[in-house]
Formats: sequence, C-alpha cells, structure tokens
Amino acid sequence: MTMTTIPVRNADVGPETPIALVSRRGIGDKVFFRGAGLSGMLVLAIMGSVGIFLTYEALQALRAAGFSFVTTSTWQPNASGDGFGIAAVLPFTILIAFISIAIATPIAAGTALFIVEVAPKRLKSTLIAMVDLMAAVPSVVYGLWGLFLLQGQVIGLSRWLNTWMGWFPLFTVSGSDPNNPLASASVYTASTFIAGIVVAMMVLPIQCSVMREVFSQVPIGEREGAFALGSTRWGMIQVVSLPFGRGGIIGGTMLGLGRALGETIAVLLIISPRFDFTIHALESGSNSVSALIASRYTEATEFNLSALMAAGLALFAITLVVNFIASYFIARSRSGAGSEA
Amino acid sequence: MSDLLDESTSADTSTTAPFTPTTDELWAITTEMDVVGDTHAPVDELWAPTTPIRSVTPSGPPPTPTTTLPRRPGPDSPAPIRRPIGKIARNDLLTVFGAMLSSLCLTLLLFGQFTALSGRLGFTIVWFGIFLAVYGLLVSVVDNRPAVIDRVMASLLTASAVLAGAALVSVILFTLWRGRTALLKWNLYTQDMSLAGPLDPLDVGGISHAIVGTFIIIGLSLIFTVPLALICAVYLTETRGPITEFVRSVVTAMTALPSIVAGLFIFATWVLILGQQRSGLAAAFAISLMMLPIIIRSADVVLRLVPGNLREASAALGAPQYRTVWFVVLPTARSGLATSVILGVARGIGETAPVLLVSGVTSTMNTNFRENPMMSLPLATFEFVRSPQPALIARGFATAAVLMLVVLFLFAIARVLGGRQAGQLSNRQRRRAAAKSQKDLERIEGATALDASSTAPAPTPASPPVSPMPGTSP
Repeated sequence: MTMTTIPVRNADVGPETPIALVSRRGIGDKVFFRGAGLSGMLVLAIMGSVGIFLTYEALQALRAAGFSFVTTSTWQPNASGDGFGIAAVLPFTILIAFISIAIATPIAAGTALFIVEVAPKRLKSTLIAMVDLMAAVPSVVYGLWGLFLLQGQVIGLSRWLNTWMGWFPLFTVSGSDPNNPLASASVYTASTFIAGIVVAMMVLPIQCSVMREVFSQVPIGEREGAFALGSTRWGMIQVVSLPFGRGGIIGGTMLGLGRALGETIAVLLIISPRFDFTIHALESGSNSVSALIASRYTEATEFNLSALMAAGLALFAITLVVNFIASYFIARSRSGAGSEA
Repeated sequence: MSDLLDESTSADTSTTAPFTPTTDELWAITTEMDVVGDTHAPVDELWAPTTPIRSVTPSGPPPTPTTTLPRRPGPDSPAPIRRPIGKIARNDLLTVFGAMLSSLCLTLLLFGQFTALSGRLGFTIVWFGIFLAVYGLLVSVVDNRPAVIDRVMASLLTASAVLAGAALVSVILFTLWRGRTALLKWNLYTQDMSLAGPLDPLDVGGISHAIVGTFIIIGLSLIFTVPLALICAVYLTETRGPITEFVRSVVTAMTALPSIVAGLFIFATWVLILGQQRSGLAAAFAISLMMLPIIIRSADVVLRLVPGNLREASAALGAPQYRTVWFVVLPTARSGLATSVILGVARGIGETAPVLLVSGVTSTMNTNFRENPMMSLPLATFEFVRSPQPALIARGFATAAVLMLVVLFLFAIARVLGGRQAGQLSNRQRRRAAAKSQKDLERIEGATALDASSTAPAPTPASPPVSPMPGTSP
C-alpha cells in the first residue's frame, strides 16, 4: 500500500550539525527510578543491618572470650568468657559439609551429564523437574528419612568401612570390636557420616542444577567438532564438556558447600550432640554450629545469646567466603551466565 | 583425542609461514598419503598428529610425511556394517541385560554361598560393581578400548541419575507410607492437638493448627517479600552502576545466610530487644529475611533473560522506561517471575529452624498472628518425631507428608506456569492473543470504513489497491 519515503536532504541547508544524544527523563521515569532505587536501598539496609547487628551483638561474647573462642571446645558460656568456644562445633560442621560434598558432587556431576548428554529428549524435562523437586523438599522431611530409614541401612556400611578400612583415621571407631559379630550397633548411630549423607541429599540438587546449566551451554560447534573427529560420547565429554564446565563444577560445588554448612534441622534430628571433636566420622555423636544454636537458644541470658550470635557470625562468615569463591569461579568460567543460586 | 584438539587449536595461533606448495610437492604429499593408506596401520596411528602442514617450506628438504588420510576401501574389500544411529540396537540392549543378569547371579552366589557378605545396601553396591566389570568385558569382545570406556562411563552416568531419582522417590514414598494410617483419618485435618495427649490414638487430635499457621505465616511473608523483591529485581536489571553492583553482591551474599542465623537475628531484635511476643508475625519476618534474597536472585536472572530487542523496540517507539518495564519486560517474564516466587515459597514453607526460634511451640489453634505462639507444619513434624511415642511419630510422618504434598502442589503450579521460556505462550494465551489481534483488526477496519464513508460519501472509483503516491492510501 504505502511506499517507503526517504527524507531528501535539502541542499540549501548545508552540512548537518551533529545532534547531541541526550535523553531527558520524564516525570514518570523519574518517579520510577527513584522508587526502584529506594527499594534497592531498603533491601541493602535490611541485609546490611543483619550483618552489622550480628557483629555488634556478638562483640560482647567475643570480647569476653578473646582468642579462647576459637580454641575452646566446650559450650558453657559464663561471663568470665573461658567456658565456650567453637573449637569442636566448627570442625564438626566442616566435616559434615565435606562428607556431604564428597558424596554429592560425583552424583550431581553424573546426573547433570546424564541429563545433558545421555538422556533421551523426552526424559529431559522430567529429569530437570526431578532435580528441582529435590531442592524443594523440606529439610525436615530429609531429616525424618535419614533418621528412620537411612540410618538402619547405613550401619552395615559403617561397620564394613570400620572393619576393613579402620586404619584410616576417618573410618576409625573407638569402642568398636570388628571381631565380635554380636556387637551393638549403637556405636555407629547418630554419626557425622549419617548426617553427611542426609545433607548430601540437600546439596545434590543445588550442585546438579548449576552444573547442568553450565554443561548445556557447551558450544555446539566444539561438541560436534569432537564428534566429527571420531570421538566417542565420553571422549567428547572429557575433552569438551568437562574443561568447558570446570568453573561451573567448582562453583556449584562451593554453592552446595555453603548450603551444607548452614543446614540445621536435619542435622539436629540425626546427631547426638558431643563437644569433643573427633575426625572419626563413623563414630556416634557429632555437632554443628546451627544445631548448637537451635538447641541452646532457650538459655536466654543476654550473654549466652551473645555467645550464640558469635557462633552464628562465624558460620555466616565462612558461608559468605565460600559463596563468594563460588560466584568468582562461576563468573570467571567461560560459561559465565549460569550462576543461578 | 585431546592431543588432536590441542594440536588444531595451537596451530591456529602459531605464526608459521603460509603454506604455498608447488604442484610437485602436492603430488608428493598425495602419493605419501597413498603409501600411508596402504600400510593398513591401525586407526590410532593413522590419526596420530603429525607435523602441521604449514610448517613445510618449499625450499626445504624433501617433505616429511605430512597429512594422512584414511584410505578409502577398495572395491574388493567387504562393505562396512551399517550401524543404526537413530535407535537403540538390539545387540546393545541384549548386552546390557546380559551383563545385568550375569552380575546379579554372580552377586547372589557371592552373598549366598562364598562369602559372609550381607545387607541390602552392600548387595546393591557389589552388584553394580560386578555389572560394570561384566558389561565392560562384554563390550570389549566386539569393540575397541574407547568404545568400552564410553559404554562403562555412560552406565556410570545413568546410574548416578538413577541413584538420585531413587533417593527422591524413596524419600517421598517412605514419608507417605509411614504416615498412611494417620493421613487417612479425617480428624487430622479438622482438629488440633489441644485435646490429644501423647498416648492418645490417632483418632483424636490433628494438625489443623499447624496447617492454618503455615498458611498464615507464608501469606504474611509473601506480602512482605514479593513487592519488595520484584521491585528490587527490576532495579537490579534496569539500572547499572557501582551502587547496583554493590546491591547485587550484597543480595548474593545474603543468599548464604544460614536460616538459623536469620531466626536468631529476629529473635534477638524483635523478641528480646523490642520486647514483642513470639508470634506468627515474627516467624513471617524471619522467613521473609530468608526468602527475600532467594527471590531477588532468581527474579534478577529471569528478568535478564528478557530479549534485549523487545526493550529496544519499546524504547524506539518512544516509550519511557517505566512503561517499557510495565508493558514489555514484566509481562514477558511473567511466568518466570511466578516460578521464582513459588520456588522461594517452597523453600520458605519448609524452613523449620527460624520458626522454632521465633514462633514457639503450641498445640492449640491460633489465628492471631500478632501474639501467642503459632505452629507451622515443619515445626509440628519436628516436635512430633522428637517424642519416643509411636503414635506421635506416626503423626509426625503424616504432618511431614502433608507438608510435602503442599510443596509438591506449589511445585506443580510452578511447573505449569514456568515450564516455558520468557515470551513463549501457551496454546490458550496464543488463542487469546490471536482473538485480541482479530478484534483490533475489526476495530481498525471499522474505523477506516466509517472514516471513508464520512469523508468521502461519493462513491469512489474502484481505485487500484496500490496507490502511486505515499500518503494517499486509505
């Protein structure tokens, strides 16, 4: 119907003067940007106040305890400040987190690779939904599962590990007698190992979704190039997918580590608290910072609370560092955008 | 394989002289190829990286073997067997099943006859180990080493996915199974625990107070978080600068906040310093503190996925930015935003630790969120299973099952809403958009018809549809 009209330069006007490209915001936009900025500031204020307030509250206990806060293992806060510290709970927390990472990472990577590379197309969205669903299952449900179902199954594995690999400190159990077939199983219950397995269930979906995101961004040209050179599927994964996704694998693992460090209720349900750290992960009894807070917050003298705050702050600081390292690795990898947390 | 790739990438960056062979040299190279092809070298050798072509200089000594090509099969050689690539071959399937069967038999023998092994978990592990060995052995009969590795690794990957799926299914089924008796009693949903002691049978008492409490708490936290989180996500995507980056990194940092610490923060400020009661409101505060960074982060990611050309098209039409956001960005990302909110809710609804600290435990129905403890489903589960009474533990499993069903339901909604990318419409939405467009067309045509009849009452001559001059078309 219409024809395109091309503006004709009038020869009399002379050369065009360049127009400065400035846009002035209307009132609507001004209000919009003000409002958006305000909400950003509000979020910043809320989040900042949590950190500042925690530090402020924790200072009382930290001042009283001084350096003994990191060297004492017991938890009997008193005003003189020598009866409490995180020398037991923090290593236990880290041990639980590392066991869960050690169990979850290979499974998560395998599942992610399976979803991206091996699974038939029809199954893919179902599998992705399955992983997301795993992340949405409440931790108390995992705790129940670990306490009532998993524990009974794992004791056999614990006993086997202790019997055959007891020379390795991680698998030593003091008070166990491998030669006595009727020995009570109670030395193996409520252990760091079982708590680690349950936490692994919660960490796995987080890791898996980050890794899947990264593996699915592998450039199609490189994949097909590897196939065209005669590579098998695993060969392609080895030379293309894994190097490409290295940042995502590390980042996802660290994100999972952050989640594992803060897990409370499942750990609280499974462990029986103890305050002397042991590397023997199969042994009964364990602890964690968050479980400590959840079980001790009722002793609400101001000083006790301040001590718990200090423990919470230590946990928060570690988690923060871990998360920042995670986002550094994810952002630095070639597949930068897949940093959904 | 990796050597080969490395070679090719490094050759791209090397600064050797360009290869300009003379005809003689080309001839030499091709004959060289034939010679190599005739030796029937194994495939690995044929593909071994040789010196790159471009390093050959025309004036140098006689060219060393350079490029090798696999030799085409002659007319007398047998035709290669075609492999079906689209579907699973029967042979592969038989190999897998054969390996499974023989490893099962071997494991049964080991466990039943030869060794003192026992236990279901151990059985599965040993079975899988033997399966891998047998499968590798079977494949190696017909295929070479890379193929064997490929098959074994593929079955490892499959096994890890199956393991994850089996764990999830066992969590869900176990909870439902252990809670089945209590779940089927109607009083679970209609009564609270105020009249039921720990020794009472499952016919008395229920978790109505926890169900109501959960919905009140999560509703409140939705009111607190959703507007703030969405506006903040829009702020993060629509503006850029050092402050935006700072807010983003603080939000990222806050996703690391352990839930128990969030609870402890609210407990110390709201309950101890401000002297307020432990209540549903306090629990909502703590859960909001947890959900806020999670929703902001995922909404931020979703909004960044909105195609830039949509934004630019809107800006090119002269829309101010707030109209672009309201009419283009947010509607495009609607389903993704809904998903991020729902997943945040699913996360918040299952949080036990902060509720334990700031809401308190009660056995009676409490609909007033401003005072007195308020129960929630995860907290009720936790309290029930801490008791040694079997009836209470059964109640705990039923409560966990109800909680899980709520989460599953939310999750299903999220899947229905957010199963597609930004801007992709469902069939119904597409129909609606088409209908709207049709209506617009009618309106425009009606207006032009009216226009034409009002401005030009005289019958216009049947003009050709293409008007020669711009601006005169109807």
